[in-house]
Amino acid sequence: MKRLSTLLGLSIVGAVVLIAAGADFLAPHDPFAQNLMARMIPPCWMDGGSSLHLFGTDQLGRDYLSRLMYGARISVLIGVLTVVTSGLIGTTLGVTGGYFGGRVDDAVMFAITCRLAIPLILVALTVVALIGSSLTVVVLTLGLLLWERFAVVARTTTMQVRNIDYVAAARAAGASTPHILLREILPNILSHLIVIATLEMALAILLEAALSFLGLGVPPPLPSWGLMIAEAKDYMFFSPWVIMVPGVALFVLVLGINLLGDGLRDLLGVSTRR
Amino acid sequence: MLTFLFRRLVLAALVCLTVLVVAFALTRLSGDLAVSMAGPNGTAEDVAIIRKNYGLDRPLPVQFLDWAVNAASGDLGRSYLYRAPVSGLIAERLPITFCLGLTGLTIALLTAIPLGIVSAMKEGTLLDRGIGLIALIGQAMPSFWLGLMLVIWFGLKLQWLPISGTETWDGYIMPGIVLAFSAIPALLRLTRAGMIEALSSDYIRTARANGLSVASIVLKHALRNAAMPVVSVAAVQLGFMLGGSIVIETVFALHGVGYLAWESINKNDFPVVQAVVLLLAMIYIGLTLAADMMNAVLDPRLRAG
Repeated sequence: MKRLSTLLGLSIVGAVVLIAAGADFLAPHDPFAQNLMARMIPPCWMDGGSSLHLFGTDQLGRDYLSRLMYGARISVLIGVLTVVTSGLIGTTLGVTGGYFGGRVDDAVMFAITCRLAIPLILVALTVVALIGSSLTVVVLTLGLLLWERFAVVARTTTMQVRNIDYVAAARAAGASTPHILLREILPNILSHLIVIATLEMALAILLEAALSFLGLGVPPPLPSWGLMIAEAKDYMFFSPWVIMVPGVALFVLVLGINLLGDGLRDLLGVSTRR
Repeated sequence: MLTFLFRRLVLAALVCLTVLVVAFALTRLSGDLAVSMAGPNGTAEDVAIIRKNYGLDRPLPVQFLDWAVNAASGDLGRSYLYRAPVSGLIAERLPITFCLGLTGLTIALLTAIPLGIVSAMKEGTLLDRGIGLIALIGQAMPSFWLGLMLVIWFGLKLQWLPISGTETWDGYIMPGIVLAFSAIPALLRLTRAGMIEALSSDYIRTARANGLSVASIVLKHALRNAAMPVVSVAAVQLGFMLGGSIVIETVFALHGVGYLAWESINKNDFPVVQAVVLLLAMIYIGLTLAADMMNAVLDPRLRAG
């Protein structure tokens, strides 16, 4: 059962990454090409659907399946780049605080407390509104805001391994502090960080979709799934599938990442209370 | 106890100060506020007039001190858009956001705690796994999308609930459910973990040996001990919910603080944005402070640390 769900998560994430990478070859149509003669065609499994557009077309006649495929690329990019940014920040802070303790640790804890007090979505929206919306701005904004869980976990796990014999041995052998931090501590807390990375990636993808939905994320005409839902919102009462298709895509990807994360947690023997 | 109280209050004050700086710096990010306010069609003259009228020509530290001192005394400035005091605008809308947050929290607790208890009692069974799946689904659900789907289904197809507005109490049900979804997974897992730990402890064995009923053991003895972390996390979650309500208020067109913030961000009404950031942060700080205090009262061990 557990292995099955991990496998399911892995196949979902794998499939989405493949689609994102190969969108140029896989997409049946140009995702930006408008065709006002073929607007709002329902998906092929519904009445009036056409085999030319398997997932139908949007309000401007753009092929929904192609847009969905290019949208996967945006979600994956956002997820990976945000986690790299926030992971670097959070791990650096957490390991530093956990290893040195004392005043340094107080400062790190203070930074974490402050970050938690700052309303995430509101600040992200304001930053994007002021600097202008682009993929880079969204990645940097989310990356600079989502580091606190990395910091919390890196800090506690570093504290746990700090006094274990091999670290003391390295210290006694005269290893430099950077060496101890990078070669002794980091490899031993890595499994915890990987599990957090999956959770944060899922969160980053959901947040990007929410920002784009509110009109302050990835700018049109880029086919972000959140933006697709926002653009289709005015038509959802007559043809609900226009918001159902990108929404299900988003849900399935995030569920896949979370299933994979849960599986990794068991596999790596990590216990994180969440 | 007094030292603990004092330390905690000093920390809260320092966090407040940092948030003040962040909220101020945030709106100065674009470089020149006057240029953003003048808009794309603004001339150099417009910019100069705006800069003078709103005091933006003063040095930044002076602007910050002026704003911070006023904010501390409750004066959050005037909205550019509504031409009214920001504090009044927020006070008008705050009850709606609070109602929404409390509805969401109530729904979340009423769902998460019973499910968590059942999950812990049936640990390892199919039922436990099924409930775990609910938590996973809740975690993966994009809240704005869930909101739209509920609107289509319950609002339009079945016509059970109003699709927007808060004229009647049932306008809060759908947004409350959506908001609850974000808090249910964390609360459920916490209840489950706490209950599993409590149920395997010595005092429960004693209670069992004394022949107490299952209901009495679970609800009176185990739950009381499992509830403490849930209470503090519930306070934190309420803070997150109030912050996250910006998305849900926009979906359901509820004119609360979140909607006001969204409107203000889109119309460059920065005094309002600053004030809402500050307000939400203060509420969060207050809630965590209250949770810490309550835990310290309930558990003497925490006071020492």
